[in-house]
Amino acid sequence: MIEAELARCVASFHPGATGIIGAAKLSGGASQETWTFDIVHPDGNVGAILRRAPPGFGAAPSRAAGLDAEAILMQLAHDAGLPSPRVLHVLKPEEGLGAGFIMARIEGETIARKILRDEQFAKARPLLARQLGKVAAGIHGLPAAKLPKLRQMTATREIGDLEREYRGFDWPRPVFELALRWLRDHDPGPSDEVTLVHGDFRHGNLIIGPDGVRAVLDWELAHFGDPMEDLGWICVNSWRFGEIDKPVGGFGSREELFAGYEEAGRKVDPVRVMFWEVMGTLRWGVMCCGMMQRFRSGPDHSMERAMIGRRASETEIDLLRLLAPRGR
Amino acid sequence: MQDEPTPTELIKAVADFLRNEITPAIKGHNAFKLRVGINALDLVTRQLTLTQAADAAEAARLKQLLGTDGSLIELNRALSEKIAKGEVDLQTPGLADHLWQTTLDKLAVDQPNYASYKRELDQKS
Repeated sequence: MIEAELARCVASFHPGATGIIGAAKLSGGASQETWTFDIVHPDGNVGAILRRAPPGFGAAPSRAAGLDAEAILMQLAHDAGLPSPRVLHVLKPEEGLGAGFIMARIEGETIARKILRDEQFAKARPLLARQLGKVAAGIHGLPAAKLPKLRQMTATREIGDLEREYRGFDWPRPVFELALRWLRDHDPGPSDEVTLVHGDFRHGNLIIGPDGVRAVLDWELAHFGDPMEDLGWICVNSWRFGEIDKPVGGFGSREELFAGYEEAGRKVDPVRVMFWEVMGTLRWGVMCCGMMQRFRSGPDHSMERAMIGRRASETEIDLLRLLAPRGR
Repeated sequence: MQDEPTPTELIKAVADFLRNEITPAIKGHNAFKLRVGINALDLVTRQLTLTQAADAAEAARLKQLLGTDGSLIELNRALSEKIAKGEVDLQTPGLADHLWQTTLDKLAVDQPNYASYKRELDQKS
């Protein structure tokens, strides 16, 4: 079991630790897992999270930054004073836990519906868009010299990747074609400034407390590119969870997001943000189709994956609302 | 000819049983999976009920737009190609209306509670 290896590993970096308790898997695909556990220590237990690719799963998908890079990015964000957990330990091969790292566990909520509806977050909700603008600016301003090696993306390359993936499904979707065409026609070209981009800055990857944003997680899709991509992605309607008049995560306005970003000393290009919102909407649609493909070809033959395939049409109506709004 | 009850009636009976009798007895992650399963059955019921009319109307619109005949998937492939090549676009008479109607018909089956869909229905009426 994982407990024995974890306990041995923890003893090596946390002096005085006597073991671990409460190990439970929070999520896990075939190649990547997240575990929660407590480090037992006479001075008080410490909540921790293990993020790892189990032994035997070396190669990450081509878009992934890799767990070593994720650990560096999280630590850099933490050191820069951004809401990010402290990295406690990077796994070594001889520890038998696979590749990955252990970080401090930050208490809070990641489930969008609870963040948007529960009373305990009522005071936080009006603050979030501005806070996240500031956090995004902080991420985009991390010192380039210290950053790990990451793939570099441009709008043009991203359109090409999306198109290739969509064509691979061999299932005609006129609305996706319209969106691809629009993206090609409106490609803003390379960004004047290329920065670190989180790549998945949205509900699910944000820990929220009653006081606001507590942590940004999941740097798997981090890359270098147009910083406006992160601002567009968090505005995608799929992350509004029904609160469609609040474009930022269902809790705030673009103006608040942009104000937070600019207060941190960075500049917003709203046209580019809108471009990336369209791109993000199509990207989530293509991802829904991809999950259906994985359901069909196995190994994950689950109802959940199958049903996500039927959510691609949600992005079609959102693309039409963006690109072909009806007369009103 | 198969006898009654119809597939729609059978699936609806199973979904109602799961919803009303089983749901209260299930907790934890399986309760979530059960809800997904019931949603899937409800989706199938909507598709069996709505698809015939929607598909016929979609095919008629596509034939009009493209000036050709074929199966629904062939017509959709042909339209997709024309959009990709820029031979038709939102200025083409009928294209926006067609895409809107087709998409609304998909949402009526897939996710009739999706907020964007409900908003568009409200604004139409």
